[in-house]
Amino acid sequence: MIRHLALASALLATLAAPSAAQTVAITGGTIFTGTGSRIENGTVLLRDGTIAAVGATVAIPAGATRIDASGKWITPGLIHTAANAGLGVRGLGAYGETSQSGDVTAAFNVREGLDPDAVDIPITRTGGVTTGLLVPNGNFIAGQAVVANFSGSRMEDMVIRSPAVMVINLSSSARGAGGNSRAGVLARLRQIFADAREYESRRQDYGRAQMRELAASPADLEALLPVLRGELPVMMVANRASDIRSVIRLAEEFRLRVILRGGAEAWKVAPDLARAGIPVALNPMEDIPSFDGLGARLDNATVLREAGVEVLLAHQDSGGERNLRFGAGNAVRNGLSWNDALRAITLAPATVLGVASQYGTLETGKVANLVIWSGDPFEFSTVAEHVFIRGQDQSLHTRETELLDRYRTLPPKY
Amino acid sequence: MTLNLSSTWSILVKLHLVVPGVFLLGACAAGAQAPPAGPTPARAAAATPFTDTLSVERAQYPSSYTRRANPPVLIRNATILTATGREISNGSILLQEGKVVALGPSVDAPAGATVIDGTGKFVTPGLIDTHSHIGVYAAPGSAAEQDGNEATNPNTAEVWAEHSFWPHDPQIPLAIAGGVTVAQVLPGSANLIGGRSVTVRLVPARTVQELKFPDAPYGVKMACGENPKRVYQNRGPSTRMGNMAGYRAAFIDAEAYRMRWDKWLADRKGDPPTRNLRSETLAGVLRGEILVHNHCYRGDEMAQMLDLAREFNFTIRSFHHGIEAYKVADLLAAAGTAASVWSDWGGFKMEAYDNITENAALVQQAGARAIIHSDSPDGIQRLNQDAAKAMHAGRRAGITVTRDQALRWITANPAWALGIDDVTGTLEPGKAADVVIWSADPFSVYAKAEKVFNDGWLVFDRLDPSRQYHTDFNLGQTAPGVGR
Repeated sequence: MIRHLALASALLATLAAPSAAQTVAITGGTIFTGTGSRIENGTVLLRDGTIAAVGATVAIPAGATRIDASGKWITPGLIHTAANAGLGVRGLGAYGETSQSGDVTAAFNVREGLDPDAVDIPITRTGGVTTGLLVPNGNFIAGQAVVANFSGSRMEDMVIRSPAVMVINLSSSARGAGGNSRAGVLARLRQIFADAREYESRRQDYGRAQMRELAASPADLEALLPVLRGELPVMMVANRASDIRSVIRLAEEFRLRVILRGGAEAWKVAPDLARAGIPVALNPMEDIPSFDGLGARLDNATVLREAGVEVLLAHQDSGGERNLRFGAGNAVRNGLSWNDALRAITLAPATVLGVASQYGTLETGKVANLVIWSGDPFEFSTVAEHVFIRGQDQSLHTRETELLDRYRTLPPKY
Repeated sequence: MTLNLSSTWSILVKLHLVVPGVFLLGACAAGAQAPPAGPTPARAAAATPFTDTLSVERAQYPSSYTRRANPPVLIRNATILTATGREISNGSILLQEGKVVALGPSVDAPAGATVIDGTGKFVTPGLIDTHSHIGVYAAPGSAAEQDGNEATNPNTAEVWAEHSFWPHDPQIPLAIAGGVTVAQVLPGSANLIGGRSVTVRLVPARTVQELKFPDAPYGVKMACGENPKRVYQNRGPSTRMGNMAGYRAAFIDAEAYRMRWDKWLADRKGDPPTRNLRSETLAGVLRGEILVHNHCYRGDEMAQMLDLAREFNFTIRSFHHGIEAYKVADLLAAAGTAASVWSDWGGFKMEAYDNITENAALVQQAGARAIIHSDSPDGIQRLNQDAAKAMHAGRRAGITVTRDQALRWITANPAWALGIDDVTGTLEPGKAADVVIWSADPFSVYAKAEKVFNDGWLVFDRLDPSRQYHTDFNLGQTAPGVGR
């Protein structure tokens, strides 16, 4: 029992807040900066949580902690564009924090449901995933997603952009919100957008009850105003080509900054998406036909990229967010270039989610989120040996490693 | 388990004339002489008035699968992973008349053989999934196709998955493109006893009979834990102890049923007992003819189920979704029960909370059979990738897992769990020509199944669109789906 407590407190200590400023020099590795360049036998210097230098010849200050990364691959920390880690007790629905009941919950923001102590956060880190867009799921207007680092003892330490995007679902699963019709969903969305604008210009009338009933609550309409001003990107979920064209129409009509999510048939409208500048957050393993996307195919990302569309990876894997890198590997298997696959889980999401000035590549001045891999990060044989978030070498100890230690040989060690 | 690879129905019928107690006659007592499938004048005169007309003694939904005639195929210069412990680099393998005929460093091509240069390629047995709902939970996933759970009673041992199976499920060609040649299709997990499974060859077919694996034993799906008690919480079972009481009541009925039939078949006195399909399936379990496939996540529940099996004197062939198999791997080894698991699924419900990626390797280390299964139309397309994850996790934990052993998790071991390991699951002379040619080491994320032979039939060729099967559902409306 005493040993157990000691172990538990040791675990807590390793997960505790970052220590004081430090300088780390990672030497000898092959550095994939995320900008397309590859530096052999390079050095990355981290100081006070940021990248102080990257290159083939970097002067290492005295007193720096050195990590020999010879033979290793170094990449930016991976960014997951559809994460749920930290929102509830792993996948237990009853403890989920990814939705609020109701079909229009634009004011719902996931951030105050985020639990920095959730067991899936350390597990997520073991896959080199340092950052994620934490998304609400389910509703027609599902609410606000935030960008967070998967490290920190307080929500405020984790969240780096809130809100980052508004999530609106236009796939067949949202048809109920439009009287069981796609056209109804779009009509309702247009009415809500129109009412948001009217509400904005007549807040006082609304307060004095001198207005008709509006299509959504004031809080939800208020939350949509940054979307209508083009300040907040809106992630629209749609899969069928005809629905994706509806998304493109809406984007033009209301001058929205749209990210398409899902996009099973996006390949069919790739040139239109490229022209409209709409990035696509997709599941690179989606190929099962449904009436919401009969044309789903494994080389969707490849076709989109060839047409000039920005691609992000956003698959919710049954093994957790840690498997993001294997999604990238599968995208390469199905035709995407290795560099574009890396981009889809680093620079592309950082850019689309508005955090590229600090995240997404290994460049001087950016936040020191990076991973040292034993080899090609997309391969099953590879493991993340060090994961740095804000310059801190993270613990890769998880609940799973404790279970393994207990049951490595039977009978178990109690 | 006596199994015969029969390529035609006529051979099947002959087999059943001489082999008593075969699976086709699931409710017949073991050892009882089975009469011909149809009445013959000679026997009709000698038999009691009932025997020739009893439904139980006729063919029960037989396979009509017929092997296609194909020219011989010789694959040369490939790395051949046999799943027998042997790997042959720069080797050759000859497929002829639906069989692996020869393999080794050098094999001569017979006249008329198609010769395939396998330089840089890898050859493995066709992959086998012990747990699929393809065909019973078919794409496109409409409400009209939810045919996998007969969730109307906690015990529906009377239903047969094959009677729900839709051979034009567009998920079938996607699984084929993942190198899968054989799958067990099971009822869902809503019920304590969900019904019979069917083992199928993944080949183009109009009817389930045309792809039903000849002579494969039936399985029965049982489910522990959260699902049955949630589905039946208003009528019971609503607890795990209620689950156990439910299995026991069902097997008590089946025990009595089996005794009534065995007695009648021995003496043929009086009217035959009334058939009861529910008990008939479970009597087949008690006779050792029907294999138990048990959805069971938690280790402590597996131990309960092993005790249930002892109480009624049957064996559990494989636990499925055995998230905690690693906790009781020694018990599984002692019972001769396999564990069908995922590499790293977990956390999606309470009984799946304790998943570890080393699970399969720890099961193997304890001397039990490890199997990587899918339970998913996505996962079945990438069984090799899931096995790769589990293999490397095991190695990182210091457990020896050879490439051949990991390959067995998705070939030889599932073949054993389905009772077809004398027919398929390894590359050896005499085994079925269920063969995959991979573009690279199948445990690499970049590897693709390039060619898939099912019983000698080239059912998929990534490099030849004319050899990519599309179901009726695919025609005129879906994408190629197999990537480039």
